[in-house]
Amino acid sequence: MTTVLDALNQALHHAMDVNPNVYMLGEDILDPYGGAFKVTRGLSTRFPDRVWTTPISEAAIAGIAAGMALRGLRPVVEIMFGDFLSLVYDQIFNHAAKFRWMYNGKVRVPIVIRTPMGGRRGYGPTHSQCTEKLFLGVPGLRIIACNAFSDPNATLSTAILDSEDPVLFVEHKLLYGCKMRDTPHIEDLEMEQTAGAWPTQTLRFRGVANPEITFVSYGYMAELVYEAMMALALEYEVFSEALIYTQLKPLDAGPVLRSAAATRCVVTVEEGSVTAGWGSEVLATVAERLPTGKALRSHRVGGKDIPIPSTRPLEEAVLPSVRTIVGAALNLTGKTDG
Amino acid sequence: MDVLTECRSRAGLAECDNSGLLRQMLRIRLFEQKALAEFSRGLLFGTTHTCIGQEADAAGVASALQPSDLVVSNHRGHGHYLAAGGDMRELAAELMGKATGVCGGWGGSQHLQTGGFYSNGVLGGMVPCAAGMAAAEKAKRQGNIVVLFIGDGALGEGVVYESINIASLWRLPLLFVVENNQYAQTTPLRLGVAGSIQARFEAFGVAAQELKTTDVLEIYLAAQAIVDQIRSTMRPRALILETYRLAAHSKGDDTRDPAEVEHHWQFDPIVLHGYRVPERERDNIRVQCAQEVESAFLEAEHAPFPDVAEAGRNSLRGLR
Repeated sequence: MTTVLDALNQALHHAMDVNPNVYMLGEDILDPYGGAFKVTRGLSTRFPDRVWTTPISEAAIAGIAAGMALRGLRPVVEIMFGDFLSLVYDQIFNHAAKFRWMYNGKVRVPIVIRTPMGGRRGYGPTHSQCTEKLFLGVPGLRIIACNAFSDPNATLSTAILDSEDPVLFVEHKLLYGCKMRDTPHIEDLEMEQTAGAWPTQTLRFRGVANPEITFVSYGYMAELVYEAMMALALEYEVFSEALIYTQLKPLDAGPVLRSAAATRCVVTVEEGSVTAGWGSEVLATVAERLPTGKALRSHRVGGKDIPIPSTRPLEEAVLPSVRTIVGAALNLTGKTDG
Repeated sequence: MDVLTECRSRAGLAECDNSGLLRQMLRIRLFEQKALAEFSRGLLFGTTHTCIGQEADAAGVASALQPSDLVVSNHRGHGHYLAAGGDMRELAAELMGKATGVCGGWGGSQHLQTGGFYSNGVLGGMVPCAAGMAAAEKAKRQGNIVVLFIGDGALGEGVVYESINIASLWRLPLLFVVENNQYAQTTPLRLGVAGSIQARFEAFGVAAQELKTTDVLEIYLAAQAIVDQIRSTMRPRALILETYRLAAHSKGDDTRDPAEVEHHWQFDPIVLHGYRVPERERDNIRVQCAQEVESAFLEAEHAPFPDVAEAGRNSLRGLR
């Protein structure tokens, strides 16, 4: 069965195959190594002229990609760990994401910066973070996070082939080994997705007309939310629905507003540290735009606001878990974790 | 052999276009002086960094390029823009934030894009972008080269060295032009740049030539030879021009010793080169350039501001 890693690798092969303007840049991406997480495996063998291994120079790689894009190419950059995006920040923030605006729409900057994020592999404080939150306030940048509920192959290949704007493409490390979630195989649940290249999935229980809770999440957290949904239903008879976003920014408020209008109870779930994160932005949007009515109950589940420790017991304590999500949901519904 | 003789002796260069070079420099000088004057009248937004005293760099290097070559510039980029063929009226309008400006008033002085010209205001930030453009031109086998202008101030930024390294590794058709004007805003070279600028490039295997001159012919000749070498060898090279900014960093913020600045006026590139053009022609060129500048700023002053609804225009914003 296809894993997320396979799907992403296929997307890169497909994009390079169909469009000769697609180039790959990154550290250690050449075969036989094929990238630190093997996402680029096979590309340099098949497209030797268009897969460029680079020195350890993250800022330059991103800037080079922006320059290539200004001249009509579609470069894809691999940053080995999302933590290193701090080194790339200026090239995204003051260059790639600004060119289209400040040059008055005269240019396009179709670059995709792919990077693995997330913890639970014991890599410690500088190799485990989810740093996409640092880019949520950057105008001109699109942020996409793949998950196992939407086809990562389509998610990535459309980002490379169709986006006219710079894309930060988030790949959670634990997703790489995950099998694709095939709707017919998810018992008792049905899935509905919005239109467009980077859809939002709504996951709900079949035959449950009035779920009590709206979960909002993305990426690998969707896996935990799925398990939390099942636990809440089986152990507490609390039914919920989950929105799994593929495009984090710009935020399509439609799905969350629709669901929140029904449940008036929203739990956001992200792995990154919770303060000023994606959940904050989602809940602020809901608070501003939800029609008045019954009080809105809400909670942000996220990582603790401290660096991520290396040792497993501490790392588990810092990152959100299925139990954290279940606990937050029960707390909002007035039930207790038993 | 003096530069004039050398220039004349070069194949295909029976005569250097002395008038043309003077005209290029005068367009820049008069434009910058007018920009400062209009700034004082409150007609310009933000700030403006003029290149008065450094005109020979832009004119000399740009004259060595093909029309399809690319030029990447920085915060002090009006001269590069004009020398690279940018429209003067659009630049004046951009400084005044008008809809008719190069970038419709979105960019302003430091953020210009037209044809193959790109500038941005973060020091050193455009160096990797320029390398990327050179990589793209090389990949497309267009035969174009990229010329990147940076100053001594940008040499403090780490991404510059990441980019020089990659440009050398990947044999990119890229010319680094360092305009060393001795000061990064108010900080003199001795407090900002250790060791040798030339050696910094050479350490990465990038041949670098240093010229201490404000003579546009000398710069033009050097640039032309280097540009030819880049095109034939597909290797990056550096040209380090020791020059001097005769006006303030931006407007009234000059902390330099006035005697020092006064000393450098004797090397004013326009006076130096002006002697090579007959007086009558020189005067004509000056009058024509002055008229062009006056008319550009007048037109810009009367042009409309952009429609504020543009700020939310989806076709510009994309991302939906």
